[in-house]
Amino acid sequence: MTKTSIKSRRARETRLKAYGIASISFALIMLATLLISIGLNGYSALQQAYFKVEVSIDVEKFIDESGALNNKKMNLFNWDSLVQSALIEMFPAVKDRDEKKELFAIISANSGYDLKETVKSNPLRNGSQNLAVWLHLSDDADQYLKGRLSIEIPEEDRRISDKQIAWVDSLVERDIAKLKFNKTFFTSADSREPESAGILGSVIGSALTLFVTIIFALPLAVMAAIYLEYFAKPGRITDFIEVNVNNLAAVPSIVFGLLGLSVFLSTFGLPRSAPLVGGLVLGLMTLPTIIIASRASIRSIPPSIREAALGLGASKMQAALHHVLPLAAPGILTGTIIGMAQALGETAPLLMIGMVAFIIDIPTTFTSSATAMPVQIYMWSDSAERAFYERSSLAILFLVAFLISMNLLAVVLRKKFEKKW
Amino acid sequence: MTLPISFVFFVLLGLSVYFYYHAKSSIVRKAAFLGKRSKALPSHYGQQSFLWAFIPSFLILLVLTIGGPNYIDQIFYNKIQELNPTFNESFVSLILAKVINVSNGKISTDEETIIILAKDYKIAFEQLHFYRGLVVILCAALLGMIISYRQKPGSNAREQVEKFIVNIFFASAVIAIFTTVAIILSLFFEALRFFNLYNFFDFIFGLHWAPNVAIRTDQVAAEGSFGMIPVLLGTLLISFIAMCVAIPIGLFSAIYLAEFATPKIRDFVKPTLEILAGIPTVVYGYFAALTAAPFFRDIGFSLGLDVSSESAIAAGAVMGIMIIPFISSLSDDVIRAVPQSLRDGSMGLGATKAETIYIVILPAAIPGLVGAVLLAVSRAIGETMIVVMAAGLSANLTVNPLDSVTTVTVQIVSLLTGDTEFDDIKTLSAFGLGLALFFFTLLLNIFALSISRRLAERYD
Repeated sequence: MTKTSIKSRRARETRLKAYGIASISFALIMLATLLISIGLNGYSALQQAYFKVEVSIDVEKFIDESGALNNKKMNLFNWDSLVQSALIEMFPAVKDRDEKKELFAIISANSGYDLKETVKSNPLRNGSQNLAVWLHLSDDADQYLKGRLSIEIPEEDRRISDKQIAWVDSLVERDIAKLKFNKTFFTSADSREPESAGILGSVIGSALTLFVTIIFALPLAVMAAIYLEYFAKPGRITDFIEVNVNNLAAVPSIVFGLLGLSVFLSTFGLPRSAPLVGGLVLGLMTLPTIIIASRASIRSIPPSIREAALGLGASKMQAALHHVLPLAAPGILTGTIIGMAQALGETAPLLMIGMVAFIIDIPTTFTSSATAMPVQIYMWSDSAERAFYERSSLAILFLVAFLISMNLLAVVLRKKFEKKW
Repeated sequence: MTLPISFVFFVLLGLSVYFYYHAKSSIVRKAAFLGKRSKALPSHYGQQSFLWAFIPSFLILLVLTIGGPNYIDQIFYNKIQELNPTFNESFVSLILAKVINVSNGKISTDEETIIILAKDYKIAFEQLHFYRGLVVILCAALLGMIISYRQKPGSNAREQVEKFIVNIFFASAVIAIFTTVAIILSLFFEALRFFNLYNFFDFIFGLHWAPNVAIRTDQVAAEGSFGMIPVLLGTLLISFIAMCVAIPIGLFSAIYLAEFATPKIRDFVKPTLEILAGIPTVVYGYFAALTAAPFFRDIGFSLGLDVSSESAIAAGAVMGIMIIPFISSLSDDVIRAVPQSLRDGSMGLGATKAETIYIVILPAAIPGLVGAVLLAVSRAIGETMIVVMAAGLSANLTVNPLDSVTTVTVQIVSLLTGDTEFDDIKTLSAFGLGLALFFFTLLLNIFALSISRRLAERYD
């Protein structure tokens, strides 16, 4: 071998190393780009533009004979016009009908409803009284205040007109409009109006769904894993089960959605959009993941433990349930957490079984209509309003933060309970 | 009187627990009376009673809960049809739905017959719930009593209980088979109904995909055509782009991590890549649609190219990023599974590390690496959310990555998320696509798994 060839052989090694470093850096940079771009899109949704109205409310109007608030009377009252007239008082110059319409467009279309809910939740004294309430500005005004609507483009192409900008600016100058913490985002369900939309409904939907998933999948998976490790006699059936488990782990998730649609919905007649069905479908999907993790965990327990138990007269079942299973539990738990994280982020199968509906109510039971967090993210990023994008991003940040902490928990648990036998 | 399912369940559980303690104490008494020692521990007799009281009754509860409402619906369907023999099937179903909604109080109606039917429906449901509860509770009580009565100190309750439990364990393991069978059957039968309406060969070899069926018969609209070639081509194009990104980056990362990285770097990079793998696909879809697609369009624009806003390249590239950790972690395992002796032998003969990797390790690991790549391809083909959000809906027969193409999964989602009836040809065609997708990925998976298994056997 000559000197030059040694040089080129070394260079080859350096090149290979460089490719490796470049690849890893690329992957890490993409991860950073992904998170940063979503973070930059989403952080502003933590705030929401509010404006302050002062209204006088005649409580007598809403009270029935017993002196309690009457819901029917509350609902019949025209709250919108109350807010609108208060708004007109702020801008006495606005007289023209079209102009008024334009003015009303800077506040949320749900203002009347929000005012009613505030009045309901406030303890009221008798007689008429003045209330100062902070209500949502419209999503366009909100985006303008956050600097997310570019005002350089011609007025016709904008979602907010010059007049509306002037009004919003004047409200801000008078200190009766400002950006405040967006509480609505965390306390309400979906809405047609971005300013009233929140993630609580989908968070509860996800929680109900995952509850069904874990109740369904974990016991079945652990029992199947114990069977395959300790009781299955080597043979065709066992081989076939193993092949099936391994294959199911790699079946596209949307196929499980199709299964849920044709079996759970069409054949069994379970309700559409229900967390129960979503949980079952996700349970079938995560079952192989948990089985594989549980088997690995059981296999990592040294045979001597089991043999010692058997030697002292324990039955096979006692050795498995009393001696191996408690030692394997941390590993099974880790596998379960990872499976649950996978289920929590899954969207496609839920679309198939109708959990993609527009639902304004926070779900309360396993059979009520619900959506899940990833589906909510999908629906918001599909909407036309710019304000939904930032909400979608913020929801993603929460979902990803939660998933990462689930995964970290799994890693920590693994480290903590990891035993070198 | 109604018995809600949660109430029935807790009564069942309570009864079973009662029989556990009952059997436990009664076997002690029996043994004392006979002056014998019982063959198993008292708690085993308790477990036996618990299982006998609980499991059969619980299964009955499940069957009645799932089957009962369907049965009632069927009865009312027949009833409505008898009342109005001239109505066709879908109209009867419509009336049935109305009756159900009225009985739930979801909607109100003035129609006399529907109100009466709704009342009957509600009563039938209450009866179902009542009898369900009654049957389940009686069954649990009866079985519990019989088994507790029959238990003798001489019988080995432990063996019987364990046999029972092993059977339950076996049943849970068999669920994996059932799931596969259920997937195949449900996809197959729905697809069969589709092929009754649409020629099988036109579906497989057709070059035109446009699932727009006329809603009314008098409407002037193109008849839907369901040729899956353009859809399949789009899927393959996007998967190919994804693989072009993921295979080199994933493989080089894996080689570096397995052969060059210090333990410190490994401990940092591996979990970080796992984060990349743990991010939900809907997030990648969001990124692809709102960040990557405009990015590629701007680049194309500055180069004077016309890039579609739903270009295949944006969806494919982001999908590739998603698959990087999948390939890198699988390949890392495969490379590390190559025995150290091969490395030592090669280095001992004077090869550099790079030569060892290229000439010895990679050839030894090839089956496993191919398996990893095939699994990744199967994932790319079945991936849904990225393409639903970033790829197009119109099926263009093209391999130009700058154009908009559609994929199998996008079509399934768009065909099934609309408000279509279940036997509509559009809905059924989604199952045809689903069947094709399932078999395609199944073949890839089986092939990949058998290849990797061969590697594991070679060095065991």
